[in-house]
Amino acid sequence: MGKGYHTIVSHPEKCDGCKKCLEACAEFHTNSQNTAHSRIQLVADQETGGFELVYCHQCGEPRCAMNCPAGALSKDEETGVVRWDENKCVGCQICTLTCPYAGITYNAISDQVMKCDFCDGDPACVKACPRGALELKIGADIFNSWGDLEDLFVPGMSACLGCNSELLIRHTLRRIGPNTVVATPPGCIAGVGSVGFNGRTCTKVPVFHPLLTNTASMLAGARRYYNRIGRDVTMLAFAGDGGAADVGFQSLSGAAERGEQMIFICLDNEGYMNTGVQRSSTTPYGAWTSTTPVGTVLRGKTRDAKPLPLLMVMHHCEYVATASLAFMEDYYAKLDKAVKYAKKGMAYIHVFSPCPTGWRFSPSGLIEVSRKAVQTNMVPLWEFINEEGRIRFTHPVEDPLPVNDYLSLVGKYRHLSEEQIAHIQETVNNQIKILKSFTGEGTEVTAAKVAAKLSEVKQGNSRAGA
Amino acid sequence: MDHSKYLIVGSSHAGLSAIEAIRIQDMEGSITLLNQEEYLPYSPTILPYVVSGKVEAGKVFLINEDDLHRNRIDFRRGAKVVHVEPSSHTLTLQSGETLEFEKLLLATGAEPSLPPIPGLQSAPYRVLRTLNHAKQLHQAARTAKSAIVLGAGLIGMHAAENLAKAGLRVMLVEVLPHVLPGYFDSQAAQLIEKIFSEQGVNILTGSTVTGIASSNDACALSLESGLDLSADLLVIATGVKPRISYLSDSTIEVNQGILVNGTMRTSAKDIWAAGDVAQVGSFFDPSKFVQGTLPAAVEQGRTAGLDMVGDPALKPYPGGIPMNIYKFFGHRSFSIGAIEDTESSEHTEVDLMSLPASQQYQKLVYRENRLVGISCINSVLDPGIMYQLIKRQVDLGDIKKGFSTAPRETGRLLMSRIWC
Repeated sequence: MGKGYHTIVSHPEKCDGCKKCLEACAEFHTNSQNTAHSRIQLVADQETGGFELVYCHQCGEPRCAMNCPAGALSKDEETGVVRWDENKCVGCQICTLTCPYAGITYNAISDQVMKCDFCDGDPACVKACPRGALELKIGADIFNSWGDLEDLFVPGMSACLGCNSELLIRHTLRRIGPNTVVATPPGCIAGVGSVGFNGRTCTKVPVFHPLLTNTASMLAGARRYYNRIGRDVTMLAFAGDGGAADVGFQSLSGAAERGEQMIFICLDNEGYMNTGVQRSSTTPYGAWTSTTPVGTVLRGKTRDAKPLPLLMVMHHCEYVATASLAFMEDYYAKLDKAVKYAKKGMAYIHVFSPCPTGWRFSPSGLIEVSRKAVQTNMVPLWEFINEEGRIRFTHPVEDPLPVNDYLSLVGKYRHLSEEQIAHIQETVNNQIKILKSFTGEGTEVTAAKVAAKLSEVKQGNSRAGA
Repeated sequence: MDHSKYLIVGSSHAGLSAIEAIRIQDMEGSITLLNQEEYLPYSPTILPYVVSGKVEAGKVFLINEDDLHRNRIDFRRGAKVVHVEPSSHTLTLQSGETLEFEKLLLATGAEPSLPPIPGLQSAPYRVLRTLNHAKQLHQAARTAKSAIVLGAGLIGMHAAENLAKAGLRVMLVEVLPHVLPGYFDSQAAQLIEKIFSEQGVNILTGSTVTGIASSNDACALSLESGLDLSADLLVIATGVKPRISYLSDSTIEVNQGILVNGTMRTSAKDIWAAGDVAQVGSFFDPSKFVQGTLPAAVEQGRTAGLDMVGDPALKPYPGGIPMNIYKFFGHRSFSIGAIEDTESSEHTEVDLMSLPASQQYQKLVYRENRLVGISCINSVLDPGIMYQLIKRQVDLGDIKKGFSTAPRETGRLLMSRIWC
């Protein structure tokens, strides 16, 4: 696995050209505010009114280093910074001829070349910017800490282009590790090759293909057997919303109530995407499916989605969480907790899984759709830990975008009328209110309380739907 | 017989950048790297700095034993190739050893090209192409009192400057009308010549040497003009030519250098050539052979490496663009692309700024709204950005006027935008 690095990202549209970053750079490196010593420069863009940053991009294959005849430039494999060694440099300046970005430049005052050295990991320019036009991206840390975990799925799979499942399977198995038995009931996950073709499996851990109806009970049995022989093996289900909320619900509900030890992950793609895009109980109100068509009378689904994650809270599951893969760190943190609580009982994670094929959006749009759903509160990210007895938002959205910012990205909502959109907005607002009522510190959550709240929602929804 | 998946002959920039490209895709495949000298890999470009003493000869190496070990490179010193046999995928070393390869890169570089001057062969002349040459010249400069440098290309100019700084009386003889031909026009060259003259270097351009006489360590040159010069050090810097003598009995097609296609493949299967040894057409006119440069060697080596390892990122090498960056007596100059046109014409537009008083010169040449050449002395322009604009043939379109008035800012803006 390669290594990811921190990077400086500039947002030209936010920059007003105040040059505090240049002064900070010069100050850090030469104790002078003369911007001639700055390793970064700004250039005004008349077209946009912003300022482009001229700086070293710390290239992956740095031409400056490849062309240096003195070996004075090299990429630091630990930090990714292209380092310049003053003691080796002979001053030929060939580096300045081969850098496409003026990232390494000649300083006439010092009579030397100079380039960004990332200020030992904490760039002075980023800290100096009063407008957030410079940003230190540290996303590579995630890659570095997860990249070395073993990918337990074979390369290549037959998922549709842009499918959420590949991302989910690979990351989940990476985190949960090889000491796992996986159940993949009928649905997309089984269909993309997890249980395999022609007698071969694509999953590098034991995997089986239960019926749509009995996933949770089969895993419960397997776990009890392992308990009896004294082995601690994680039971993991990848089920669709059909295999969790509809056809699979009775076994899931039973296993949750009995406190069976497993991680049950529901990939909610809001319908039967694998068999021709039919509605399920988690299909949202207004959505087009092949069984909730859009015509002159019918305008998509007329009922609201079943709030399965909340239903699982009511089952006293040890752990319940919602997730969206646009927020991968959040998902990893939840997997950690699921692994922990699955040793005690049921850990249930409900993963929002947009489907480019069945929902009608471009395969390249997956992450944006996943992100917008969270930013509009269509999919609030939260978790419930039974021993704490309350719900906690893991990514609170202070200032949610209007739901239409999400709906307009997805083809299955293309036909929605203003009234329908208004209904969805109201449902979303309502949902957040209910969730918030369970978050208060010291507030005791009881199943009865959840039930009361839920019936409130139901009534609210059916009123609005009528 | 030793077998390697990738056999790389020549351990300077072309060979090393090919290995870098190969190792991105193939960490396991065996790589053997040959150097005909007894040293670790180094760059010929560093040699003038060894002569001047700016860097010690022991500290010029591009990679060390650890790097070679980490990248699993079987590095062989003193391994001079004398024959290549494409049909059997083998080559023979001077030692008699035969090596077998699956894929071969010939990156054997260039060697000094000596002018046919009567008396030269028996004269104690010096050239500068290897580390040993540089060490010898460094030593010789300590005892000599005067020097003649023949050839006013980059190596000759560097040598003249270094020898002058070492306190020698230096004469620089060039057959063409001005110094650094091909890189600078006569106007820019005059400015450079003036600076050299002020530093005590005696420049004789347009001077043909008709004969060389030598006794002990001293040389005497007769010029066509009737002038006689003498000095106790003679440096020949009249250019280089691809080093291909070992291919004289091979089926690999050669002309001035080894003939290659766009991805640096030679006429023989599984054999590539890159760097100074490859005969590469000009970016501007593929039928013209252009002299190798360090950046060209890096790009050609990388192209060959990508092709050898089957990397889908492979793109053909677009042809050679003459370029150099050159520092002399504290002044900074660079030249990229086609700069021979000195005046505007129907197809060519020239922006010229010449300020001899402040020793500044800046010439930008455009064709069809695109920058095709630039040569500068003491200019603030970014050479790398100008090179990209030429190489990418960026249509300056509506911003042409803005570019003419503020080439530095407009160029930086263009490249910043391309990045995003």
